Amino acid sequence: MTGELGQLALCFALALSLVMAAAGLTGARSNAATARGIAHGATMGMLVFIALAFGTLTYAFVTSDFSIADVANNSHTLKPLIYKITGVWGNHEGSMLLWVLVLSLYAGLVSALGRGGPQLTSAALGVQGLLASAFILFILFTSNPFLRLDPAPFEGAGLNPLLQDPGLAIHPPMLYAGYVGLSASFSYAAAALIVGEEGWARAARPFMLIAWIALTCGIALGSWWAYYELGWGGFWFWDPVENASLMPWLVATALLHSALATERTGAFRTWTLLLAIAGFSMSLIGTFLVRSGVLSSVHAFASDPTRGFFIMMLIFCAIGGALGLFAWRAPTLKGGAAFDTVSRETALLLNNVFLVAACAAVFVGTLYPLLLDAINGEKISVGPPYYAATFAPIFFALLLLVPFGPILGWRRGDLKASARALAPALGIAAVAALAVLAIASPRFLTGVGAFAVAGWLIGASILSFIKRKGARASAFAAALAHAGLGVTLMGVTGTTLWRSEALAVLAPGQTMTVGPYTLRFDGVTQEQGPNYRASRAHIALMDGTRVQSMLMPEQRIYPAEGQDTANTAIRTTGFQDLYLALGDDRGNGRWTLRAYVSPLAPFIWLGGLVMAFGGMLSLWGRLRAGAKVPSAMAQPAE
Amino acid sequence: MKKFLFLLILLAAPLRAAPVTDTFSDPATEARARYLQRQLRCLVCQGESIDESGAPLAAELRHLVRQQMADGRSDQEIEDYLKARYGNFILMKPPLQADTYFLWLAPFLVLIGAGAVAIFVISKARRAVAELPPDLL
Repeated sequence: MTGELGQLALCFALALSLVMAAAGLTGARSNAATARGIAHGATMGMLVFIALAFGTLTYAFVTSDFSIADVANNSHTLKPLIYKITGVWGNHEGSMLLWVLVLSLYAGLVSALGRGGPQLTSAALGVQGLLASAFILFILFTSNPFLRLDPAPFEGAGLNPLLQDPGLAIHPPMLYAGYVGLSASFSYAAAALIVGEEGWARAARPFMLIAWIALTCGIALGSWWAYYELGWGGFWFWDPVENASLMPWLVATALLHSALATERTGAFRTWTLLLAIAGFSMSLIGTFLVRSGVLSSVHAFASDPTRGFFIMMLIFCAIGGALGLFAWRAPTLKGGAAFDTVSRETALLLNNVFLVAACAAVFVGTLYPLLLDAINGEKISVGPPYYAATFAPIFFALLLLVPFGPILGWRRGDLKASARALAPALGIAAVAALAVLAIASPRFLTGVGAFAVAGWLIGASILSFIKRKGARASAFAAALAHAGLGVTLMGVTGTTLWRSEALAVLAPGQTMTVGPYTLRFDGVTQEQGPNYRASRAHIALMDGTRVQSMLMPEQRIYPAEGQDTANTAIRTTGFQDLYLALGDDRGNGRWTLRAYVSPLAPFIWLGGLVMAFGGMLSLWGRLRAGAKVPSAMAQPAE
Repeated sequence: MKKFLFLLILLAAPLRAAPVTDTFSDPATEARARYLQRQLRCLVCQGESIDESGAPLAAELRHLVRQQMADGRSDQEIEDYLKARYGNFILMKPPLQADTYFLWLAPFLVLIGAGAVAIFVISKARRAVAELPPDLL
């Protein structure tokens, strides 16, 4: 019954999404109030049916209904309840359903908040409906999570143990909230082109912010997970899947900045539209990369191309359609920016130049190996050294310029006054650089430079907190977000340059040292988890002869899935992580132990949180202002 | 059979800390070895360098790198040797050659192109701002 119910709900949702598309686009005309009403109703209806389908699949996972192929392939009765639930999106079919659920939620939000004129909202719902119908078709035809198995197996195949982790349980929904959230900006941009309304950037801003916050948190969460779960202390691997989430973030960040100018002075009108289209296009491309199997190998993709081909067509239609609309309608938009060379607009423009170039580095680095393999079969790998030579200097140059943005005036800024106002930040930068020279060893020029820039960023943010009392929430939001960049930069630098590590084979009672810490190995015990067996090492962190605390890194074996994972033990002071991973059993009670001391590691994710918090502050200011004053762009109904 | 072996290696290569290998007593030489190891991709678990990987093949490659270093070969010679054996794929840093010029240049071409557009936009906006009534500034 469950499977059929879910299938039926999906079919209803498909029908409603088509209604939404037709009625929404019709409602773009000024005299079609009825169509607009229908579009709003269909949006809510679709949301209800997608939620029902998702709820049905969740129910099937929770009750271990192995007559449904997706559940049988990806779940197991012994799995703890939370991982039965998160297992819903731990597989291709379920994650696509989550994708559509998030898309529907954003459509519902667009309908409920209804920023901008009624025609703009209606057209945006129409575009959102088109996207939803395409993705529901994709699910029904190539990735149906409700397909039956006959006979139903007695036990499920289980979920990849790497995914059985609280961090990764919330990572995909968070990331999708960002990825798919960019669809709202995309729909608003397309709607603005259809209706010809200029106030779209203001209307879409809350959605840009929500998507950006979610993306920031999602990326930080994914990086943190990789750090503690993968067992070798790294936090970013320039892996294509990571890059797929970084590209939309870079474009969304550019969009947030460009839209600011569009809203305020009408500058960069067409460029902001293009960025809104590009942002969601990056999400689609990311989805294609992750979901089509093209990453594991071009040939794996070619052997079963249905899914990949479908998404490719979908991307083609969405991006092609939007760009076509752009080429057709954008020239009719009245534009023309007016600002001086030294102005906030110029700063925002430079921000976009560097962010686009940084995104280009990630884009080419991710896709070029696939292209080359497809063309002449040559296999190259694009690893961290490539990004260190391309992405890093471009992004670093951007960071140098960041503090100027918020301090320059619109249209005509005063460079001298701004430079004077920022002088104390330069002082903080110098202190940070000197501190590195005094404390850190070995002394790297990159380390000194990175800390100077971090000090510069954080210093400028502190200045704007002190000086701009009574300023609007948006000013503080920018200061927070920019300070977050500085915090993350410190974390990345500290971990990359000054990490110490030790590797030892220890018998019980033996000690090893890593950085300032002395560790005593007290042996390994065997533990039984709900669906795994663990070898748990007992490591005493020594303070002289006294045991300060115990750390217990584990090796877990998941028999159902036939895989094992390393569960690290991390002890953090907030400024420094002691990180332990248990290695091989070397016999006679001796085990390999790998230990790292990573200075400032927590700052990497703390900075991400600070950035996201800045975004939330900006969103709060926006929603509050929006609630007080009716939108200036609202048009009288007919 | 080869494919089966590959699968076996995959299964036998869980994500765990790398086994102990021989280390150089001289810290500078050891640092050089670690640097070299980070430049080489593990061919089994492709997300990692041989420095991080726990796969048996990575351990062999680490041993190979250290052996070659002990034989007095330069970084370049060692990378060339591995490239000849395993192809460009083993190098984390893609080589600069005819079919990778685009890869290496594209980010900077985009930077220059976008910069040129920005300069054009700014010069146009400057002319426009001169014509604005002063109360708008």
